[in-house]
Amino acid sequence: MTGIRNSTHDAIHDMGGMDGMGPIEPEPNEPVFHETWEGRVFALRRVLVPWGLGGNWGSFRFAQERVPAADYLRFSYYERWFTALVDLLRANGVVTDAELASGGVDPEAPRPERRERPPQAPLGFGLLDLDLPARFGVGDAVRARHASPPGHVRLPRYTQGKCGTVVRDNGVYALQDTDERGQQLGDFPQHVYTVRFASRELWGDRGSERDAIYVEMWEDYLEPA
Amino acid sequence: MAGSEPEGVGRRKFLKEAAAGAAGMAGAAGAAGAAESAPARHDHDHDHQVVPDDIALRVRALESILVEKEMIDPADLDAVVDAYENRIGPRNGAQIVARAWTDPEYRARLLADGTAAIGEFGFLGAQGEHMVVVENTAEIHNLVVCTLCSCYPWPTLGLPPVWYKSAPYRARAVIEPRAVLREFGVDLPDDVEVRVWDSTAEIRYLVLPERPAGTEGLTEEQLAELVTRDSMIGVARVAAPRESAQ
Repeated sequence: MTGIRNSTHDAIHDMGGMDGMGPIEPEPNEPVFHETWEGRVFALRRVLVPWGLGGNWGSFRFAQERVPAADYLRFSYYERWFTALVDLLRANGVVTDAELASGGVDPEAPRPERRERPPQAPLGFGLLDLDLPARFGVGDAVRARHASPPGHVRLPRYTQGKCGTVVRDNGVYALQDTDERGQQLGDFPQHVYTVRFASRELWGDRGSERDAIYVEMWEDYLEPA
Repeated sequence: MAGSEPEGVGRRKFLKEAAAGAAGMAGAAGAAGAAESAPARHDHDHDHQVVPDDIALRVRALESILVEKEMIDPADLDAVVDAYENRIGPRNGAQIVARAWTDPEYRARLLADGTAAIGEFGFLGAQGEHMVVVENTAEIHNLVVCTLCSCYPWPTLGLPPVWYKSAPYRARAVIEPRAVLREFGVDLPDDVEVRVWDSTAEIRYLVLPERPAGTEGLTEEQLAELVTRDSMIGVARVAAPRESAQ
């Protein structure tokens, strides 16, 4: 049932609580896109959804998470998106290296087929109208599991092994976790809970007595505390 | 509804005109690539140095390839860019906030079921399918982040600013939210509880900021003008009209 496996894939994207990232630098009157190409990259993901690319957020996020750490930090947001898109397109045989190098289409290259969703995960993305039993209820004490799977997972490192309280059951969603190639593991529909973690539970003395961090957790990520 | 992206950009007709436009773009990208370092078509062994370093050219080359393969229509890309540059932005969220400030029944609905109440305005869709609204009060201050990527409620706030997507904000918001808030000009007393919402799943958060004092006489439209993007992320307060005019 669970998509969580033991391995090591803790990449730079999972950065909640890290030090040394520098100052936050808001830009007054920031444009939606700073350059024309940024808008094209943003839109490319959207229009590729009917081709089974980009619409699967787990796969798309995993493609970004595979960007080497130094590049991940150096790249702008849309450079990362572009890198991820190219990665997805190449992995799916939609474009070849030669085509990317030349900017021209290789007439011998295979044409992709339209498909809305990966066959192993037909439920897709979003709240599901499925009546499944909930393992946890509001008020339950839970612990976030340890997980370093080889693929994409939505369980922040800073919560792993920490105890919190379920404050909301958000309903049933498909698991978005992927394998090490970025393929969604399967639907595994389950409840997604909002869990309240006390600041001190997560950060010890650096935390605040009064404050809390709220994190959404798929049921598989939790165990009773 | 699962997997849908209901913004009307998924036109799936690949017309002759689109192909003609594509050919023009492909030519332009090919010419640009050739000017950089390599012929548009070649069959010798090569490494990736022939890919133009300029990302604008690389993006244009990719778009032209996908157009030529009849997978995408440039007009669909234009429509997506236009929607997010001109229609889908924080003015949407500001309308929600102003309504909640002026209509107690709407406020109650918004806090009880954010998705349904925001749906009354039609501001749902991609990255805003399941919305939760959290209210800032004199006792509680809410702040939204996505530590794993950059999840953000697109239909109500538009696309996130660079700082929201940046490593410093994503890293720090969960461990030292009060320091982050001070840098944004919000200095909270110790007796205010800070709640940080890390958007790790498919729920997206909108902060309902506190209505500033001295705005009793303003209309809903005037109130919406006061509401900033940052106040709906939770890193700013809404300034009273006199302050915001400064």
